[in-house]
Amino acid sequence: MSEHHEVDSVSGRTTTGHEWDGIKELNTPLPRWWILTFYATIVWAIGYWVVYPAWPLVTGYTTGLFHYSTRASVTEELANLEAMRGEKMKVLGNASLAEIEKDPALLALARARGKTVFADNCAPCHGSGGAGAKGFPNLNDDDWLWGGSLDQIMQTIQYGARSGNAKAHEGQMLAFGRDGILKPDQIVTVANYVRSLSGLSTAPGYDAAAGKKIFAENCVSCHGENGKGNQEFGAPDLTDHIWLYGADEATLVETITNGRAGVMPAWSGRLDPVTIKALTVFVHSLGGGK
Amino acid sequence: MNKTVSTDELLADDDGPLYVAHKKVYPQKVSGTFRRIKWGLMAVCLGVYYLLPFVRWNRGLGAPDQAVLIDFPNRRFYFFFIELWPQEIYYFTGLLILAAIALFLMNALGGRVWCGYLCPQTVWTDLFYAVERWIEGDRRQRMKADAAGMTVNRAARLVAKHAIWLMIAWWTGGAWVLYFSDAPTLVKDLATFQAPAIAYVWIGILTATTYLLAGYMREQVCVYMCPWPRIQAALTDEWALNVTYKYDRGEPRCSVKKAIDLRALGEKVGDCIDCYQCVAVCPTGIDIRDGAQLGCIQCGLCIDACDSVMRKIGRPARLIGYDNDINVQRRIAGKAEVFKPVRARTVVYASLIVAVCAVMLYALLTRTLLDVNVLHDRNPVAVKLSDGSIRNGYTLRFLNKRGFDRVIAVDVDGPANASVHVVGLDSVTPDRPMIIIGRDQTTELRVLVTAPFDEKAEKSVPVTFRVTDIGLGEVATATDHFVTP
Repeated sequence: MSEHHEVDSVSGRTTTGHEWDGIKELNTPLPRWWILTFYATIVWAIGYWVVYPAWPLVTGYTTGLFHYSTRASVTEELANLEAMRGEKMKVLGNASLAEIEKDPALLALARARGKTVFADNCAPCHGSGGAGAKGFPNLNDDDWLWGGSLDQIMQTIQYGARSGNAKAHEGQMLAFGRDGILKPDQIVTVANYVRSLSGLSTAPGYDAAAGKKIFAENCVSCHGENGKGNQEFGAPDLTDHIWLYGADEATLVETITNGRAGVMPAWSGRLDPVTIKALTVFVHSLGGGK
Repeated sequence: MNKTVSTDELLADDDGPLYVAHKKVYPQKVSGTFRRIKWGLMAVCLGVYYLLPFVRWNRGLGAPDQAVLIDFPNRRFYFFFIELWPQEIYYFTGLLILAAIALFLMNALGGRVWCGYLCPQTVWTDLFYAVERWIEGDRRQRMKADAAGMTVNRAARLVAKHAIWLMIAWWTGGAWVLYFSDAPTLVKDLATFQAPAIAYVWIGILTATTYLLAGYMREQVCVYMCPWPRIQAALTDEWALNVTYKYDRGEPRCSVKKAIDLRALGEKVGDCIDCYQCVAVCPTGIDIRDGAQLGCIQCGLCIDACDSVMRKIGRPARLIGYDNDINVQRRIAGKAEVFKPVRARTVVYASLIVAVCAVMLYALLTRTLLDVNVLHDRNPVAVKLSDGSIRNGYTLRFLNKRGFDRVIAVDVDGPANASVHVVGLDSVTPDRPMIIIGRDQTTELRVLVTAPFDEKAEKSVPVTFRVTDIGLGEVATATDHFVTP
């Protein structure tokens, strides 16, 4: 405290001794309890240093009295969450797929669980909304290579297609061109014939009868006499409006020449059965299920 | 002129430069019009606060029968015949707006009447002072006792006072938690220590704050903590009636005897006899004669004190009264007093209050008890099916705000020949899905709308979901778009 303190004659208060251009600052003190509260916060802060991890050291940090760690509490919270879910997931595990879909509460639960699992595991190929991409089926539509019933979807998720799993779906589109079964001009002809099956335009001067003949000799064993496909082999319906790889002539020629054999991985070893169940219901409820 | 003080003098002073020690206020007992108004308002405010949770309201089977209930677990708010859902939080916004404008209007009419009569801090402090006065005696006795130091009698009185204070504080916290749960049940649970921990925590918090704020902090809350004095200073105007010492009538101050002599000589003498009664009764410890100031909460107790003195010395009452500076100036100039409660500011505030009330009432009366919200699938927005038709997916949330289950039908107006399917529902009526929504519940369902591809149609056409209560015929709609890929 310096001796500059003066008493202001108007207010009767002391000044702080600070002066700017002749203007002096009045000393307007805070109430005692306010100051004490301020000191209390300082004491509190010191307590904080002691109790919680605070001081950075050269190779680590002080861990505090209780070794509190946010990471540890997150781990604990996650474990609690799993335990909490355990009950509900048990209910899901005991119900049949059809039962789940009929019960609004179970359906909501399965959809919620399925949605997150889908985002983590399926979205890279099928898209975050299941809209698919070229070569990766759209799960929102009603076209199913291996069947779209609840059981069929679960089967596909569990074992995949051409995944190497013993129970996986097998069957592939042969490489008619590369393997020399068909000549390039025959391939163009049959490609145009396939386009005509779903009402698409054909190239001028294309020989429909020849196309039909090539198709009958090479394709009906999988795609069926009318090109309606066969879910046994994952052979697509060639008469509908959905084309996994594209329906333009060039793409069809490419498909017939080199064949197609997209792989769906098997998830049975990677996701637990209840999760696969939830995922099945979710995919089915996207709208594409049958 | 500034005089220099020595450092020793400053250091010796208890009111050192770092902080000001709290000056204890000893408000004196007072009676009169404003004291009666304050007692009345205190009874009403505290009565409503403590008893409201126990008021019952029959809402039918399964619904809470408490008139005012904030039901957090079920996310419902009940206020007598009104039941509000979380998405109707805007009613609270409306209430807050109303409260703010009402505060402005009060301020424009009578200054800080809120502070003086209705503020919880004032009401509880007043109650605590009443207890203190009852146990420790009036101003002089309390001052004497504080100065005299501790005796057995005094210690006993202090214990009694704090015990009663804590009891009031505890009940204040107790009443608070009753608004969040069925009051009679919770009282029983609290008494038998079966209540949830959070209830005890909140009672503890509010007991502590009530005890501290009303028992110790008192006027310091108004002076140091509350923002309203600062805000109201900016909102007030020259017409607002504030508790005012009419210095035109009071000055120069003079003793009663001298005043009579001087008046006889025809000299101008003020009515103020400098008796300090106005200061003695002030709960914030200010001198109203210093003019309008931050510490004044406009409780009017100094008016009562001054009036009783004026009566005793045979002078007209209201030397201190609700007045404004315009009238002080007019009286000095020899003109008649003018009061203008109706002026642009108050008219605007009043009309705003009426307008907000009207809007809220309209919204409340026309709100639907059946509602539907729609959210379009974003990914993918549209799906082409194998037969070439187009399908859009929507998430529909149905709200049933009635106390019984209802069967509702979902219809779609939108693209030509559209069909609608609810996921997880085996349609008994294939073209018109029917669903059941539980009473007082929401249900979220996935709804698919399929329509044949129409090359000539717009890329996006509006689609309206119409839900109809089969029994009551109540209808709710929500509109979105049907999109073609």
